[in-house]
Amino acid sequence: MHTFAFDFAHLLAGGLVLVSFMLLYQDRLYALLNVFALHAFVLALSVATQAFIQDAPHLYVTAAIALVLKAIVIPVVLHRIIQRLGIHREIETVVGIGRTMLAGMALVALSMVVMLRVTAEAEPLAREDLAFALSVVLLGLLVMVTRRNAVGQVVGFMSLENGLVLAATGAKGMPLVVEISVAFSILIALIVIGIFLFRIRERFDTVDVQALDRYRGEQP
Amino acid sequence: MSPLPFNVEAVILIIPIAAAALLAFLPNYVMTARLNVLACFLTLVAVLSLFFFKRPEPGQYLLVDDLNIVFIALNTFVGFTTSVFSASYIAHEIENGRLTPVNLRFYHAMYQVLMFAMSLALIANNIGLMWVAVELATLTTVLMVGIYRTHEALEAAWKYFILGSVGIALALFGTILVYMAALPVVGEGLDAMVWTVLIEHVAAFDPALLNLAFVFLLLGYGTKVGLAPLHAWLPDAHAEGPTPISAVLSGLLLNVALYAVLRFKLLLAANPEAITPGPLMLTMGLTSVVFAAFMLYRRRDIKRLFAYSSIEHMGIIAFAFGMGGPLANFAGLLHMTLHSLTKSAIFFAVGHVAQVKGTQKIADIRGLTVTHPWLGWSLVVGVVAIAGLPPLGIFMSEFLVVSSTFAREPLLAIPLVLGLLVAFGALLLRVSGLAFGEPSGSTAPVQASYVPMFAHLALVLVAGVYLPPPLVAWFQHVAAVLG
Repeated sequence: MHTFAFDFAHLLAGGLVLVSFMLLYQDRLYALLNVFALHAFVLALSVATQAFIQDAPHLYVTAAIALVLKAIVIPVVLHRIIQRLGIHREIETVVGIGRTMLAGMALVALSMVVMLRVTAEAEPLAREDLAFALSVVLLGLLVMVTRRNAVGQVVGFMSLENGLVLAATGAKGMPLVVEISVAFSILIALIVIGIFLFRIRERFDTVDVQALDRYRGEQP
Repeated sequence: MSPLPFNVEAVILIIPIAAAALLAFLPNYVMTARLNVLACFLTLVAVLSLFFFKRPEPGQYLLVDDLNIVFIALNTFVGFTTSVFSASYIAHEIENGRLTPVNLRFYHAMYQVLMFAMSLALIANNIGLMWVAVELATLTTVLMVGIYRTHEALEAAWKYFILGSVGIALALFGTILVYMAALPVVGEGLDAMVWTVLIEHVAAFDPALLNLAFVFLLLGYGTKVGLAPLHAWLPDAHAEGPTPISAVLSGLLLNVALYAVLRFKLLLAANPEAITPGPLMLTMGLTSVVFAAFMLYRRRDIKRLFAYSSIEHMGIIAFAFGMGGPLANFAGLLHMTLHSLTKSAIFFAVGHVAQVKGTQKIADIRGLTVTHPWLGWSLVVGVVAIAGLPPLGIFMSEFLVVSSTFAREPLLAIPLVLGLLVAFGALLLRVSGLAFGEPSGSTAPVQASYVPMFAHLALVLVAGVYLPPPLVAWFQHVAAVLG
């Protein structure tokens, strides 16, 4: 018999996958950032729920990091960077949205098939959390490969990382979760600072990563 | 052997961290460069003391055993010689204004943080801690690759950052899966991530979870090893950063990532029902060898050329460890050691060449043996060594890899030998252009110490002629541990 807590945790983990899908079809930068803030918010709720279910107070720290840093600070900072640098607001995608969504569905199906089969003996909650987490990770990768824009790639990476935090908190009693989420936060903060400090726009006139390829030393 | 009165593991970690803090605040770059060398030397002494005194007992976080001591010793030795090279390299970069004193403070501090991160990754007894350390090492190298702030350097740093982060993320997922597999057997908490506990109980773990975990770990850490098709960051990062960092990347960081893969390979091998991890590594290794060998022909940049050669050699090493068994493992260990020494010596030479000629374009560098005989001939010896010609050490390790492959899987030996020969041709073709012919460019003398370069090349030459029996016995023992 499933308890309410179980269903709620399940709902949130599933919600994270849905929000990942929403990231896939955004073609404007501001909208992408807003959806990402929602993504981080759902993650924070989900981690807090896990902290409650597992009675693990240290997970509230992870939830707080997700809420403050990823749902509020980073989207706001990225907004301002976009304004200051005057980056084009539209995102160029490599393939069409329809095909991207189809690929996303295939990835989710793949992760369900793989994870549910492999973890047959694990606890139901941990097992389904892991399957959802793998979906979020794979969808994050898909966001990264389908965007040419540096900000789009960063958002893709951050959503991928949210999937990892979901997996880590779903694994019951996993040590070092807080440390790992802090390490990731440093990584992400560095990426964001990197966009700003390296001033990719000033150097390249665009944050289109393809433009960077032209500067490779290999061309004659 | 008696135990030391203090904890050597802690000393190995504290020296670089303390040095990093100190170096970040000292303004004089001549002094900081010397301090950097001193800190590396002290770390090396601390590591060498592990051979003469009783090792500390494994704890929940740190561990020194027969396997990782090989890696730590090699790591700190090359770290030390590279810091010597770096001191003379950096002086030149200050003179021509490519780096400012502030950059240098940052550079030296980061160098020590990198040494710390690599040592921590190697002596971690905890798979979570190992992951954090590898991430830290990635971050510091990203910052160092981008230090010149040119278009190319920023592009290389960005690419390395994104690909490295994805690799790191996949490795973390794999680590979580290993924890999940350990959970029902070992129980909740820190113990389920401690390496010595895991290896003891791994036979009872769920094999399906372990298999999946290994795929993620191989892809994740494999990105950092630079195995094809996950190598895209490697040539750019090598070419655009300062040359000492290219030497450290090729000679050390790739080994650290490989060590992580080997640890998890051991874990899988100890579970009777899990897949054998060898064939996966073997495939990736072979792909890297053949791919990199053909890519060598199209290089126009001297540092990119040797970066692709690193991909090829990491491929050979992964292939050897994937093959497994006492002989192939022995060859893999020997090849790893000699590759680190040779490749860093080559990068030392290339660093001096690029500085004196003011270019990294292969087409613009000719006749080095005429204008700079010592430097030119050292580069020739280094390339001959890395191409696998006798009597230098790499010939022997490559010969062992190939012969053990012929003995066990003759069909696989064909693409391997093909890759080796193609790479051999490419390297000799390029070096003949670099070293001989009508000299071009500046003929100004090089103001630098050749000692680290000569020391490495001499070691490689000696290893090719005579391997001391204690070293052989020790490597054989480690090869047996690797299974």
